[in-house]
Amino acid sequence: MVEEVFRAEYGRAVSVLTRLLGDIDLAEEAVQDAFATAVRRWPAEGVPPSPAGWIITTARNRAVDRLRREAKGHEKHAQAELLRHEPEAREVGDVADDRLRLIFTCCHPSLGTQAQVALTLKLLGGLTTAEIARAFLVPEPTMAQRIVRAKGKIRAARIPYRVPRDADLPDRLKAVLAVVYLIFNEGWLDRADLADEAIRLGRVLAELMPDEPEVWGLLALMLLVASRRDARLRDGGIVLLQDQDRSLWNAEFVAEGQELVRRCLRWNRPGPYQLQAAINAVHSDPPTDWHQVVALYDQLVAMTPSPVVALHRAVALAETEGPRAALREVDALDLDRYHLFHAVRADLLHRLGEDPAAALEAALDRAEHPAERDLLRERLGRLGGLAAADQQDHADDHHERDQQPHPDRHAT
Amino acid sequence: MTQKYLLSIYQPDGDAPPPEVLGPIMANLEALNEEMRAKGAWVFAVGLHPPSTATVLKAKGDDVLMTDGPFTEGKEHIGGFTVIQAEDLDEALEWGRRLAGVLSPLSIEVRPIAG
Repeated sequence: MVEEVFRAEYGRAVSVLTRLLGDIDLAEEAVQDAFATAVRRWPAEGVPPSPAGWIITTARNRAVDRLRREAKGHEKHAQAELLRHEPEAREVGDVADDRLRLIFTCCHPSLGTQAQVALTLKLLGGLTTAEIARAFLVPEPTMAQRIVRAKGKIRAARIPYRVPRDADLPDRLKAVLAVVYLIFNEGWLDRADLADEAIRLGRVLAELMPDEPEVWGLLALMLLVASRRDARLRDGGIVLLQDQDRSLWNAEFVAEGQELVRRCLRWNRPGPYQLQAAINAVHSDPPTDWHQVVALYDQLVAMTPSPVVALHRAVALAETEGPRAALREVDALDLDRYHLFHAVRADLLHRLGEDPAAALEAALDRAEHPAERDLLRERLGRLGGLAAADQQDHADDHHERDQQPHPDRHAT
Repeated sequence: MTQKYLLSIYQPDGDAPPPEVLGPIMANLEALNEEMRAKGAWVFAVGLHPPSTATVLKAKGDDVLMTDGPFTEGKEHIGGFTVIQAEDLDEALEWGRRLAGVLSPLSIEVRPIAG
């Protein structure tokens, strides 16, 4: 029980305490104290009616005690007094706001992407340093140091604990969404826990910023992609969309994702995440309406011009205009380093009756994920039989794995 | 309570731009400094002579070793700096952004001053 509350309420509690104490480390300590007390007392005394409120109040009292104990100078006395008189109501009323502030602090652009991700998972997600280290395949001391250094920068450089002013909000929001999507991508293929955490953070953002369509777009995108999670790996190998057992799709996620996409459409303030969600919504409603997919890619290309987005658009174009037209577009792209560029070329060449072997080899040379490499090797082995439709799904699958945080690189 | 920040200006080694280029830049810089003063942000600002004029000292036991500078053998060195005071990093970065704009394409490093 305490564990559930911990996962759900840790970020909220740390946010409130950070405001009260003006320091993230002190806030974390106080909240951890409170949870430790809960572990001792709840089993015997029962869970309080408002577990989150109990944790926050207890953490605050702990912080007051600690400050009093440690009070040497006048300043800390004053701080303790201030805390003691802090009216309860304000705490509760400001909770949502507090979490939002903490998110913007964790994702401040002066912090590196890795630090942003680690802080967000630690402070808002309530993950332990060990869990984050495991998720990102780095030794725990490395992750611990990364977090300590980031917190040190927040304190020393005075990274503000504040929701950015309107003029800065669009850029700052982009950074926050990129962090959440990065967490999702890190987990979508084989680490369901991280993907779930990203979706949970996405829901928090949607709750805190309900008027930002891109926030809902990101949530919809993650739900739709995650809906196919159970269907997309079989015996460690990747299963292409049209081969997937649709009964394994998560119907709730599909329904919620599609509903959110419809809501975004009504809003009519499109953005990269909403468009990618819309493309995934089309795929979630088979057979895929490729004309609609191309139209959505046209919008996405206009909004976030990038060769990767253009590559995915070309794949859809092969379905509406044929492989010749698609190949013309693909060959014009400067993407030699990207394995999917070569994989897409291979399939288009094959459909045109030309030899795809060299392109498949080039793709294999550049692919990194074992499951991707297996799929390419298998194709090389059989050399043929694959339509570009397969490739589209393959592209969808793999592109999301791209770890760059920029939304334009996450086109489906 | 405000925090002080060091805004270091990094510039490539080599000759300074000709006067007709440098003139307007220095005028803009002075205008920015003036604005910083008016807003109470300005603490201190200097420009430096080229890195080739620097001398490096390092104590070794009782001796102090002296070498021709600069300390690091990079292609860019600090050409000057401004110290400002600000409420928080966002405010400091805003001034830093302005400075980078005036001194484009030079890089500006914003670093909090301890104490």
